[in-house]
Amino acid sequence: MKKQVNDLLITDIRRLNHDNFLIELKSESPVGAIHPGQFVNVKAENTPSAFLRRPLSVHDINEDANTFSLLVKVVGEGTKKLSELKPGETLSVVYPLGNGFKMPSKGDRILLVGGGVGIAPMMHMARESVKNGAEVHILLGARSITDHILLDEFKQFGTIHITTDDGTLGTKGFVVNHAVLSANQSFDRIHCCGPEPMMKAVARKAREMNTECEVSLENMMACGFGVCLCCVTKTTEGNKCVCTEGPVFNINDLEWQI
Amino acid sequence: MANLEVKIHDLILKNPVMTASGTFGNGTEFDDFFDVNTLGGILLKGTTLHHREGNDYPRMAETPSGMLNAVGLQNKGIDYFCEHIYPKVKEYSTNVIVNVNGSTIEEYIELAARVNELNHIAAIELNISCPNVKQGGMAFGTSCPMAEQVTKAVRKVYHKTLIVKLSPNVTNIAEIAKGVEGQGANAVSLINTFLGMAVNAETRKPVLSTITGGLSGPAIKPIALRMVWQVAQAVKIPVIGMGGIASTSDALEFIIAGASAVQIGTANFIDPTLCVKIIEGINDYCERHKIKSISELIGSLQL
Repeated sequence: MKKQVNDLLITDIRRLNHDNFLIELKSESPVGAIHPGQFVNVKAENTPSAFLRRPLSVHDINEDANTFSLLVKVVGEGTKKLSELKPGETLSVVYPLGNGFKMPSKGDRILLVGGGVGIAPMMHMARESVKNGAEVHILLGARSITDHILLDEFKQFGTIHITTDDGTLGTKGFVVNHAVLSANQSFDRIHCCGPEPMMKAVARKAREMNTECEVSLENMMACGFGVCLCCVTKTTEGNKCVCTEGPVFNINDLEWQI
Repeated sequence: MANLEVKIHDLILKNPVMTASGTFGNGTEFDDFFDVNTLGGILLKGTTLHHREGNDYPRMAETPSGMLNAVGLQNKGIDYFCEHIYPKVKEYSTNVIVNVNGSTIEEYIELAARVNELNHIAAIELNISCPNVKQGGMAFGTSCPMAEQVTKAVRKVYHKTLIVKLSPNVTNIAEIAKGVEGQGANAVSLINTFLGMAVNAETRKPVLSTITGGLSGPAIKPIALRMVWQVAQAVKIPVIGMGGIASTSDALEFIIAGASAVQIGTANFIDPTLCVKIIEGINDYCERHKIKSISELIGSLQL
């Protein structure tokens, strides 16, 4: 799909828990062309403090309604303003941006790992992977039971595995403490999104398991389409823009000390 | 439709709107958003003689009504440019201008001589104002004798339109503008970014890997406008104005203050179609004010 900048109609906005909400937007172009793992850049507000756009993963698409949704966690002024928008209003969006995940083939067994709001791109990924005929496992990590969201929705697409830091739901500990991330498990690929320390830990596990692994990076960016060169990450081929050459990278291409 | 054509020495711009180097990639990144040929001209990402990796991440900090960057001239060097980028950009019908950078006078000379051979490059913008490189860059632009020396040296090997991009990190920008004019610059463009800094109070660490970086965006517009006005008073060569332009009105203000053309920079990041809107906006303004040619507006500040 060609990149575009448009004021998109908000068709729904739904609070999921204390700090997460879903915002659903009517797309101008067919959403089927959005690849899992791609992101959008939204203009949250016109105030001096939120000068730049905010990059957000595409959470899921609805081809019948031609809408896509964004999962947002309120962290600052910009995301707070976003959470106060109402259906019927519009939001300026630059989309779709970046490259997505490598898609599985029929019969592949894959593991999607999401930590915190890093679960955002995994719904779209899970939906499309099932369409491709893959067996999907989804490992979701959060601090506590009240931080886990959208579990029923994820269950539609595969087997769910859960961790909480405090042990209030699923396995106690971090995602890498879960049995599904161990050497006796066999996956064709692991796809991961979350805080960088978590992704590095998952990448280490993937190496131990001798399994291909992709991570979705979240570097600070100004433009989102490869002209400001601010969001770079070190790769085996030098600095690369996370916005255009990522946000999804194979861990073997990153200069991570893992 | 008003006549929006302006001249910058030998360059004929179909309208006064150009893009600022480092905010527009090589133009092709904007092909999805609009026809780049509708612009008066495009300034390509800063090019150096050799490949540069640029500075470490983090290279960017959002600041009130602006941002700091410390990219550090990441680019693949002039050989790569000639081989891979030039074949694409030479197809554009608009003016394509290369922004050249060196860490020594010899590098500037070699680079300018290389670009001089490229038929479809309309001009060079001599960048003596990059705040994010350890050697060269702003050091040439903050000393009047050095700015004159590098301009004089490049003038000898570069035979087309030579634009010198000035740094605002000086006491008297008009003096430097006059200095480079005296050495054969055909135009000056200003301003580059202000040297700035951001600190994270929680961690007591600088936000940027380089500690300091270049401030751009609407935050710097009033200072940029003042400098453009001062320089336009001081020199006879055309002035290209930039610094925080984010609307039609901003662009008009620079033209009225004395700029023959403007460059849109940081605002491209927020609205990649902004340049087109500004061109349309300038035309609407001219029709509304019954201005037949934009050249009537240049330096028309009423005192």
